[in-house]
Amino acid sequence: MNHGTHHSPADTGMTDLLLSLPFILLIVTYIAAAALSSRRYKSWPVYRTVLWTGGVLSAALAIVGPIAERAHTDFVAHMAGHLLLGMLGPLLMVLSAPMTLLLRTLPVTIARRVSRVLKSPPLRVLTDPVITTILNVGGLWVLYTTNLYAAMHENIFLYAFIHLHVFLAGYFFTASIIYIDPAPHRLSFVYRSVVLIIALAGHSILSKYIYAYPPAGVPASQAESGGMLMYYGGDAVDLVLIFVLCLHWYKAARPRELAPAS
Amino acid sequence: MKDQTRHTQIRSTAESQEAYSSRNLWSGFLFGVGLVAFIDEAVFHQLLHWHHFYDKSTMDIGLVADGFFHAFSWFATVAGLFMYADLKRRHALWRRRWWGGVLLGVGVFQLYDGIIHHKVMRIHQIRYVENVLVYDLVWNILAVILIIIGAIVIRRSKPSREAEIK
Repeated sequence: MNHGTHHSPADTGMTDLLLSLPFILLIVTYIAAAALSSRRYKSWPVYRTVLWTGGVLSAALAIVGPIAERAHTDFVAHMAGHLLLGMLGPLLMVLSAPMTLLLRTLPVTIARRVSRVLKSPPLRVLTDPVITTILNVGGLWVLYTTNLYAAMHENIFLYAFIHLHVFLAGYFFTASIIYIDPAPHRLSFVYRSVVLIIALAGHSILSKYIYAYPPAGVPASQAESGGMLMYYGGDAVDLVLIFVLCLHWYKAARPRELAPAS
Repeated sequence: MKDQTRHTQIRSTAESQEAYSSRNLWSGFLFGVGLVAFIDEAVFHQLLHWHHFYDKSTMDIGLVADGFFHAFSWFATVAGLFMYADLKRRHALWRRRWWGGVLLGVGVFQLYDGIIHHKVMRIHQIRYVENVLVYDLVWNILAVILIIIGAIVIRRSKPSREAEIK
């Protein structure tokens, strides 16, 4: 699928710079917030900054650069981008606890307002793993089993909207399964585990479905490699998610007589 | 559960084991399920290339069942091991019962894989050869043997053996 528009090198450089800008801004803001708040509170851990940077770069790779470029014509590259934008990027970003950092950087009055928003009913819905699974995995089913995938490459706004959705749905899903940041609407481990298994199953089923029934306009060989990449790539990211969820259970279920590690 | 945790300190190992006897079984079972799925993936899919990722005769319901089996076993591996660590820190690990659970988990899911996945839903065959029946027989008989051994091991670690320890 080719747009038929050929950019000159200077053009591409300009577009790339423009597209990179939000990602650069995200990294700079996080580092600035970490530095600023570390002066008032205890020092913000370096590994969190590393996680955030890695997460933003992962997401950026799906939008700018060679993978993003090839994704227009190559389904395997598209799938690599999907894994980076919708799974690995959000996972690393959630693990970097951006909301915690935001709350301790903002002036108290504004921070209070933010935390009131976090406690609001809409956020209760948006942090329920059932809802986020429908948005996340359900969205992917719509994308790959209808002609939306083909339409996305014809319309720049649709392309932007779908990529934003993949990222946000991935982020909210991850945040609804593992609680790294303050989570006012907490749900039990069993509930989150069951939903995680269903979501992982939905992802695996879809990847084999893509392998068997290529989306419109995708050659069979690309659909096969892309489906397998989605299957095993998804497994790798979800293993981390499962590990963190179980680790949190392990810590929460600690017997009382074992004193907390000092 | 809260009651159990409160009194662990003054309990002997045998008492802890008994209090957590079902968690020992579950931890082993979940780990067994994960282990057999891992062996299936690593050995039969990746190393030998006997199993296929997808087979044209797969039924759609097979795709769904396979997806859930895959997701559950992936989760079970990690959860089973964390439960194992939990039992250890409580001094409630009961090795025989745990291993019984592992054997049962391996056997049950191998039998399920061998009958439901391979034969009923035709997700893929064990190997793409003419005499696949031989492979099916070995696969499923082995599964039944593992289930029987697992059941025997579990029966011999009944909570009533408490007297033996003291």
